[in-house]
Amino acid sequence: MTRSTAEVAERPAPRSRRGVTNTAHGAPVWVAIAAGFVVLAAMLPVVYLFVRGIEGGEATLDFLTRSNSINVIWRTVTVILSVTIVSLIVAVPAAWLTMRTHMPFRRVLSVALALPLVVPSFVMATTLIEAFGPKGTLQELLEPIGVERLPSIYGLPGATLVLVLMTYPYVYLTVRAAIAGLNPELVEASRSMGYSVLGAFRRVTLPLLMPAIGAGAILAALYTLSDFGGVALMRHNTLTVSIMTNYQTSIDRTAGAAMSMLLVAFAVALLLVESSIRGRRRYDDASANVGRTQRAVHLGWWAAPALLFTALPVVAGVVVPVAVLAEWLLRGLSKGLEGSPILVPLWNSLQASALAAVATILLALPVAFVTVRNRNWLSDLFGKAVYIGFGLPGVVVALSLVFFAVNFALFAYQSLLLLVFAYAVLFLPVALGSLRSGLLQINPSLEEAAQSLGTTQFRAFTRVTLPILMPSVFASAALVFLLTMKELPATLILGPTGFDTLATSIWSASSEAFFTKTAASSLILVAAAGVPTAWLVLREHSGAR
Amino acid sequence: MISRQSPRPVAIHRDASAPKSRMLRVAVMNAALLTMCFAILACSASPAPTPVVVEVDRIVEVEKPVIVEKQVVVEVEKPSNEPNILTVYSGRSQSLVDPILEEFELLTGIPVEVRYASTGEMAATLLEEGDRSPADVFFAQDPGGLGAVKSLFLTLPDDIYNRSAAWASDPDHKWIGISGRARTVVYSTENISEDELPDSIWDFTDPMWKGRIGLPPTNGSFHVMVTAMRLDWGEAKTREWLEGIMANEPVFYAKNTPTVAAAGAGEIDIGFVNHYYLHRFLAEEGEGFGARNYYTSASDAGSLVMAAGAGILASTDAQPEAERLLKFLLGVTAQQYFATKTHEYPFNSAVQQSEHLPDLGDISERFDVDLGLLDDLAGTQKLLQEVGALP
Repeated sequence: MTRSTAEVAERPAPRSRRGVTNTAHGAPVWVAIAAGFVVLAAMLPVVYLFVRGIEGGEATLDFLTRSNSINVIWRTVTVILSVTIVSLIVAVPAAWLTMRTHMPFRRVLSVALALPLVVPSFVMATTLIEAFGPKGTLQELLEPIGVERLPSIYGLPGATLVLVLMTYPYVYLTVRAAIAGLNPELVEASRSMGYSVLGAFRRVTLPLLMPAIGAGAILAALYTLSDFGGVALMRHNTLTVSIMTNYQTSIDRTAGAAMSMLLVAFAVALLLVESSIRGRRRYDDASANVGRTQRAVHLGWWAAPALLFTALPVVAGVVVPVAVLAEWLLRGLSKGLEGSPILVPLWNSLQASALAAVATILLALPVAFVTVRNRNWLSDLFGKAVYIGFGLPGVVVALSLVFFAVNFALFAYQSLLLLVFAYAVLFLPVALGSLRSGLLQINPSLEEAAQSLGTTQFRAFTRVTLPILMPSVFASAALVFLLTMKELPATLILGPTGFDTLATSIWSASSEAFFTKTAASSLILVAAAGVPTAWLVLREHSGAR
Repeated sequence: MISRQSPRPVAIHRDASAPKSRMLRVAVMNAALLTMCFAILACSASPAPTPVVVEVDRIVEVEKPVIVEKQVVVEVEKPSNEPNILTVYSGRSQSLVDPILEEFELLTGIPVEVRYASTGEMAATLLEEGDRSPADVFFAQDPGGLGAVKSLFLTLPDDIYNRSAAWASDPDHKWIGISGRARTVVYSTENISEDELPDSIWDFTDPMWKGRIGLPPTNGSFHVMVTAMRLDWGEAKTREWLEGIMANEPVFYAKNTPTVAAAGAGEIDIGFVNHYYLHRFLAEEGEGFGARNYYTSASDAGSLVMAAGAGILASTDAQPEAERLLKFLLGVTAQQYFATKTHEYPFNSAVQQSEHLPDLGDISERFDVDLGLLDDLAGTQKLLQEVGALP
């Protein structure tokens, strides 16, 4: 070890450091060009909004000058803040506890903690209302002790609950990958110098995890900005609810597009906030950081509270929804109602999600590489621009691709190819966050060493960097896979005609109150997502020994 | 792949065993992923199924005696030459209309491909696609969605247009109503009894209803009802009604379904919704479900019957098939299906309505308004925003 641990975390990357942008470890030109094209693709929704939105500029002015618009903006800000903060509080300790301690049940919890991601937001909200609503199941259970009505779940608390459950997995999975890539020696050194377990976590591990935490937090914030189902059912009307009312009820796509430009402004503001908090630091380490894993921490009598803390989001985000769904299913089946067809939607979902995961990672890799290794204003811009689309409702992204495909690529319209491309555009930032935080941990000098031994840059990347990056690649794959499993608007609008997935089956059934069918498809979705998630999550799990 | 090559840079591996197995797993996994991709691509490239030829005498099971007339014969006629594939964009849910569209496919041999999304999303998609749309028919949940894409429809021939009810169709013959859906007041049987409910929807502005009303302010059907009020009562009186309702501090829900669920749970006393959701809840939860429908009797927008409807895109390349579908949807078989399976009001007079639905008499005379005129949704949205019902 050549540097003190604190220095690794705190030392800002000197912009002028000779060769930071132009030595062998910077991205080759073709990678930069590829990254440029990917960023352009990710910007298509924003371009479309300008094309459509200009026609509907009045609607935005109208909105901005209306008296209760300030309330809408306020509700949007409050829900983003509360969801992001609570998500961090839930996810960061959960990631550390499941990876670096001997907490009981940590393998099961490791997988279960990722699963709320796969539950569509309208299913999550509906089941939680059924369980915790003023006259919900919990109230029925408490009725014998005189509880006539529970305090209202609706509004900010309910919206926060639903959205935290839907977004903390972004932070959780990204941070897990970063923990897997940490050099255990840093923590061990700090422990040998007298830090307690908690002190070492706070002073060494946490600062080193900041890129991953930031990447997860920005995804949580942007998802909250874009969500419709969860906030609408919890009756916390945000900007996206106003926009979706334009699209779905008044069928005014120009007004919808014009107001969506406000979402773009929101997204840009969030990205600026995130990057100003994170700053420009380097997180890599001259010593190597693979091949050895850290000794797991014994929690002692802290095990019980730790277990409770980690199990809580699983109970609220998986157990309760699954229990409510199971009740719907059994109730319906006992009345002779039919479930829904499973096999074809299941196969379509798995196929689309696997393709989306592979395609998204392939597209995200060059962008991650360029934004980490060539740090200049252009790559900074690239790194931020790809995120904007994630703050937009899926309908807007889907319509933008309809616009471009119909006008410029009619041959691909409504093909599986276009659908997978749409997923990649939608989920690029998700993959990028984890890949970037992983790449930041890897010192480019490793590649340089390989190159100095005579290999090409490309081979140095695939043989040295990529293997070390694998935890991040698999975290990205898990995230994209799970998100694609539940994706709805792009699948409906852009998929091949008649391409039923589990998500579309759930939506179709639930929109007309077919509870038995909703439950059957949702339970299959959770189960089907569980298997690949277990595989992807547990790969890294052998880590803690 | 990676692991089979020459030695890895040793410096980065302190513990030799773990990374080796990891590398192997990576290799296996890469291989698996690639194989999966190829398998997937191979499968998705398989050709579309050829249309099934079926027996001519296949007729769907009907629950009530029906006067079978010549329309049925029309429906089962086979096309003389190879039919085009018919592409339907459906704003109506798959769970509701898939069975009857499959029936059409079986009876006519015309292959049907259906794309499902919400009516609003489908309409926006059609507008983006313009004359390059792959769609032949748009089957929408409400007149608002049909009105939004009216300029893309061709004018329907009279022998199709006249099969539907004129009041439920577009005055310019661009689209027709297929089945009726009534506005209703869903009430909690636990909190209130039916005889406490007023004759007209107007009376819910009375302060006695404070804190007891639920409604879905962003729902399309609710907007259609308010649009009908504006047409019937005028702007001023509609605003007065909305302000009266708002003064009663209604509980807002995202959609019809949660509104009905809330009435069933006793969270609210009454809710303004469409009639058929209750029948889904009764089917799912049994007769014990704690809510029922109440139909106001006054001749105003509270007793509006709306229509799901359909039109043919002018850019269609399958016009004969599209016309057959519209005729089929208004024929006895399909209308019987809508009456008994989706609990809607049939527009074909040969078909009786479901015995589970109250007899609304002649639904066209309950409240006299042409649904084709209810297309000023923007004005309704503005009004709802002004009274604070919409953000």
